[in-house]
Amino acid sequence: MSERFFPDGMPQPLADAISLPFWQAAAEHRLVVQRCAECGRTRLPAAPVCPECRAAGSDWQDVTGRGSVYTYTVVHRPIAAGQALPFVIAVIALEDAGGVRMISNLVGVDPADVAIGMPVELVWEDMSAELAVPRFRPAR
Amino acid sequence: MSGRRAHLVGVGETRYARWGKIGDVTEHALACEAIRNAVADAGLTLDDVDGLASFADDRNEAVFLGAELGLPELRFANMVWMPGGGGGCAAIGNAAMAVETGQAEVVVVYRSLCQGQFFRFGTGGVDASAPARPRPPTVQPASSLLMASMGFVLPYGLVMAAAGYALPTRRHMHLYGTTSAQLGRIAVTFREHASRNPRAVMGGRPLSLEEHQASPMIADPHRLFDCCLESDGACAVVVTTAERARDLGKRPVEILASEQGAPKGFAFGHFTNANIPDELYATGACEALARRLFGKAGLGPADVDVAQIYDHFTGCVLLQLEDYGFCKRGEGGPFVASGALAWKGGSLPTNTHGGSLSEAYIHGLNHVVEGVRALRGESTSPVEGAEVCLVTSAACVPSSALLLGRR
Repeated sequence: MSERFFPDGMPQPLADAISLPFWQAAAEHRLVVQRCAECGRTRLPAAPVCPECRAAGSDWQDVTGRGSVYTYTVVHRPIAAGQALPFVIAVIALEDAGGVRMISNLVGVDPADVAIGMPVELVWEDMSAELAVPRFRPAR
Repeated sequence: MSGRRAHLVGVGETRYARWGKIGDVTEHALACEAIRNAVADAGLTLDDVDGLASFADDRNEAVFLGAELGLPELRFANMVWMPGGGGGCAAIGNAAMAVETGQAEVVVVYRSLCQGQFFRFGTGGVDASAPARPRPPTVQPASSLLMASMGFVLPYGLVMAAAGYALPTRRHMHLYGTTSAQLGRIAVTFREHASRNPRAVMGGRPLSLEEHQASPMIADPHRLFDCCLESDGACAVVVTTAERARDLGKRPVEILASEQGAPKGFAFGHFTNANIPDELYATGACEALARRLFGKAGLGPADVDVAQIYDHFTGCVLLQLEDYGFCKRGEGGPFVASGALAWKGGSLPTNTHGGSLSEAYIHGLNHVVEGVRALRGESTSPVEGAEVCLVTSAACVPSSALLLGRR
């Protein structure tokens, strides 16, 4: 099991058939974005139809998890019991995901040092044997 | 002008209180009280009412309220999809469509909140003080499209509104140098307006910029006093035709224009969507809506005499001021710091009731109520000779707005 940053009581992912492959890949420590089978454009969160070319077919593309901080907030109120405060929610602009951003957390950083544009890398947090959540830390 | 043109003819509310403080009256009874008060203000009776309209998340279903109030025939019962407070002005717009197309004669738009009787907003149903769950965390099935979208970001703790709306505001600060003190001027100004309003929950609590700057950080850059109140209470607005309005006691207020909108791919805004286009990200996402609204009325921002701008958070007010064209993109900080929003001496007196930051958080329907009072000359912070009032419902999520005119 990986290093832990958040307690078990954090809200769990909720998924339907369209978004479940994201979490299945995560359990294998693979970060993926949905890709249109017709035009090749990528998207998150998952959706049944490409919003650009409106094709229904899609697959999932592996990405490295390298990126940069697009925006962030430092939150001083707990979501779950036993949570370390404050914690950082950030929008990560992924480097090799066709322009896709994702919401996640920054860990392993003093919240006072977080800045927009900061390069970050992926770190997996195994919340249980079945659930891994992608978080980010300053690029090393 | 067509005799069926929609007008606002009555407004009313119940007492406003801190969240959880109204426990002796049910939420739907409170809705009924606000509806009765608004109908009485219009000089009508409940026998005249044949339509009820509300907006997203309303527990108080129109068919039950219609029955409780003894409405002779509920011809129009309607709900807006725009999330949370985004649908307040849109609900007025729907009521206007109903009366203008002859689907109803008198429609009441209402909102009632008793958070202590149900749950407190912004917690996502999560209890931070509860012990750890007995089973290890896993992926759970989403019960709805909304939960499938929210469920994608919940594991990161994006639950509180104060955190979600911080994301665009933080980026605005990065791009344009907007400061916390500039945001604070918005909170201080609205609090000053509330000081004259006997309905305002924070009426007796003056706020200085120093107190704003010293208030605890909730979700950076939102300090406590950048966040709206959490309130219990209800209010209502009566919509009818010009023809009907002519015979009533009070000065009718005309709906000059009504618009609702969500940019492409927007969904629930920053709560579910990290991929809002770069050019829209650090905005309130109301710019296209604002263009349509002003275009429909043949008016521009300079024609607005008084504004009631949805103030869930100070940053969202600043973003809307840019979207609606009161200042250029990126200049919202200096604009509010100049005192532009002040009742006395400001170029755009805004939230003359105190807003959601200082009057009450009734999902912004109280902003429509204040818009009517401002044009009737009944506001406790009156703007002399005001003829055009802008009212907005939310920003950074799908939203709606009205331009109201004095007749």
